[in-house]
Amino acid sequence: MHALDEFRAETRTWLEQNCPASMRTPMEDEERVWGGRNATYKNPESKLWLDRMAERGYTVPTWPREYGGAGLSGEQAQVLREEMGRLKCRPPLSSFGIWMLAPVLFKYGNDAQKREHLPRIARGEIRWCQGYSEPGAGSDLAALKTRCEDRGDHYLINGQKIWTSYANFADWIFCLVRTDTSVKHGGISFILFDMESPGVETRPITLISGASVFCETFFTDVRVPKENLVGRLNEGWTIAKELLQHERGMIAEIGRTVGGTVPPVDVVAKRYLGDANGRIADPVLRDAVARQVMNDRAFALTIRRAEQESEAGAGSGGASSMFKYYGTEQNKAKFELLLKCAGSAALGWAGDEFSSEELDICRTWLRSKGNSIEGGTSEIQLNVIAKRVLGLPD
Amino acid sequence: MNLLLTEEEAILKRGAHEFFAARLPVKSLRALRDSNAAEGFERAAWQEMAELGWAGVLLPESYGGSAMGYKGLGQVLEESGRTLAASPLFATILAGAPLVLAGASEALKQTLLPAVASGECLLALALDEHPRHAPSRIATRAVRSGASYRLNGSKMLVLDGHVADYIVVVARTSGADTDPQGLTLFLLDGDADGLTRTRTHMVDSRNAAHLVMADVEVGNDRVLGGVDQGHALLEPVLDGARAGLAAEMLGSGMEAFERTVSYLKLREQFGQKIGAFQALKHRAALMYCELELTRSAVIAALCAIDESRADIAALASLAKAKACDMLELVTNEAVQLHGGIGMTDDEEIGFFLKRARVQQQIFGDASFHRDRYAALMAF
Repeated sequence: MHALDEFRAETRTWLEQNCPASMRTPMEDEERVWGGRNATYKNPESKLWLDRMAERGYTVPTWPREYGGAGLSGEQAQVLREEMGRLKCRPPLSSFGIWMLAPVLFKYGNDAQKREHLPRIARGEIRWCQGYSEPGAGSDLAALKTRCEDRGDHYLINGQKIWTSYANFADWIFCLVRTDTSVKHGGISFILFDMESPGVETRPITLISGASVFCETFFTDVRVPKENLVGRLNEGWTIAKELLQHERGMIAEIGRTVGGTVPPVDVVAKRYLGDANGRIADPVLRDAVARQVMNDRAFALTIRRAEQESEAGAGSGGASSMFKYYGTEQNKAKFELLLKCAGSAALGWAGDEFSSEELDICRTWLRSKGNSIEGGTSEIQLNVIAKRVLGLPD
Repeated sequence: MNLLLTEEEAILKRGAHEFFAARLPVKSLRALRDSNAAEGFERAAWQEMAELGWAGVLLPESYGGSAMGYKGLGQVLEESGRTLAASPLFATILAGAPLVLAGASEALKQTLLPAVASGECLLALALDEHPRHAPSRIATRAVRSGASYRLNGSKMLVLDGHVADYIVVVARTSGADTDPQGLTLFLLDGDADGLTRTRTHMVDSRNAAHLVMADVEVGNDRVLGGVDQGHALLEPVLDGARAGLAAEMLGSGMEAFERTVSYLKLREQFGQKIGAFQALKHRAALMYCELELTRSAVIAALCAIDESRADIAALASLAKAKACDMLELVTNEAVQLHGGIGMTDDEEIGFFLKRARVQQQIFGDASFHRDRYAALMAF
């Protein structure tokens, strides 16, 4: 038997024996497992599933074993994804640590930092948040002002971050700070610290969707050990930009999977507008639905092509901006179309007169508006494509 | 499904790029137009293409082909789209030859296909009878009398119809005028008695003809596939042609886009390159995204055909619909972003705009294919 087939058979057996039945059902967003010191599990089997996967290194299958991974090849990891997809296994762990911090920690972190943080990320023990945006530094991120002063044996941090996702639940933060005020990009450093440090305060922000996933985060005289600096002093912008590429890929991906309980747009359209033969009776909306699902398919094919390119070692650098731009715009368009197809049924805010799916469409529609703002706006993504891919002048 | 090119396909593409740039650049289409060339393409260049093996890419080796498949041919087509090269690649290789291969008697295949692969024999498909593509809306009638049929009717937008040695005619042998069933395919001699071929002068300066058939007699041995079974024979070949045309359109879109981006880096106004203006940058970046999505859809459709997958029809419609929308956007933006110079006949960008609208109509535009995709997905 081919080695990969053998691996597939083993993996399939292991998943069948170890993935609890309740972890093979569609997941509501509040059931997503983020891990951390204070993690709560709505369903105890979520914790069991996380621990079994982490023990095998399958929360981060391609990481080396010494950092908590399974040391799988790209091909093996693809087999694992396929087999998990076949059984409809939920992702055991959602983690900014895995998606955003770890890729840059592998590249820029020193040995001690990697040994301290990576295994805890892999096991879901520490939940991370991202300290990037500030009230005066959104699209112009490098204008950030949070001060980090060298006080001999430690750094002292003062300032404010905003749009810090889940800061109120996070254990640690990876943070961009200003270590030199005389230059813009060249005065930024990348630092890690514990959110339990004295002087850290978080305040959740209520969004138009009613949810509060973002916080304002305040730092007042926060003392941070000097060994928590990642990379060199004043060279944080390089790390920051690289991390953004990972974040963009993640948002495009989450953008396509949030509202996991919302059915595909053609299914919703048929339910509200289908004629006796199941055909969408309104020809204008039918054309719009076809356009939407066809663009979704072409986009999915483009992601697959990019994965194949990167496996062959020939990826293009501007790809993450394209995926962020197109994925989020496509997701927003999908929810606008769902609203059109479902009419007033998708405009309920609360109450038993609306199905949970209808309420979900409405709330997720509102939430989707943020997809093209967070992690670099659509306009910024187009700027990046124009500059990096097309070489247009500044 | 391998959405990347194999080494062999990449070599084919590079070779095609060099050939079309050197041998059939846009200015050769201009020369054909300005000289009002009777055939509308260069025979000598087609001979060279055949010698490179491109006429036989889809044909089995037993008929003189190389059986490289649609993904291979797609690379040649994409490069031909970059220079708007006029050639029998579409009508003969993508439309005519696969119908002969799938539906003709062995004797007919032995006679015709090696001559197709060597570039000597030209084919055409006479399908549409109305200005918008409607492959089931066929009023041309074929009535049996003894060992032959008599055909009466007319056809439009028959690509290469005025130069083809043989023409595949889609005619009705039973059923009502819009019934997908009851169609039969006949292989007519290009110079058959009663067949009138009139070249139409289209905006893209390429080859198309109107056909009128008045009691054209054709033998039973010239029926392709079964009587009344034409639809089943035609559909997969149309999908192959749609995917191939989408590859050509991708090439045309890439070229028009790259020329436009180059112009944005060259042209100065208000003391700076106009490509520095964000309003123009964003439009360029949007076109880039649409081109990337189109490329994925095109490759997927070509692969699906080579792998005989079950979703060929959906992927062919996806590829053609994306190519149509992308090319309409890109050619319109190309003219606008070139400014006044883009409106002149001297500048070549206008040739891309003119060709694009004909490419969009051939075998179904974006709305045709969205409707078809919706029907295939049962909504």
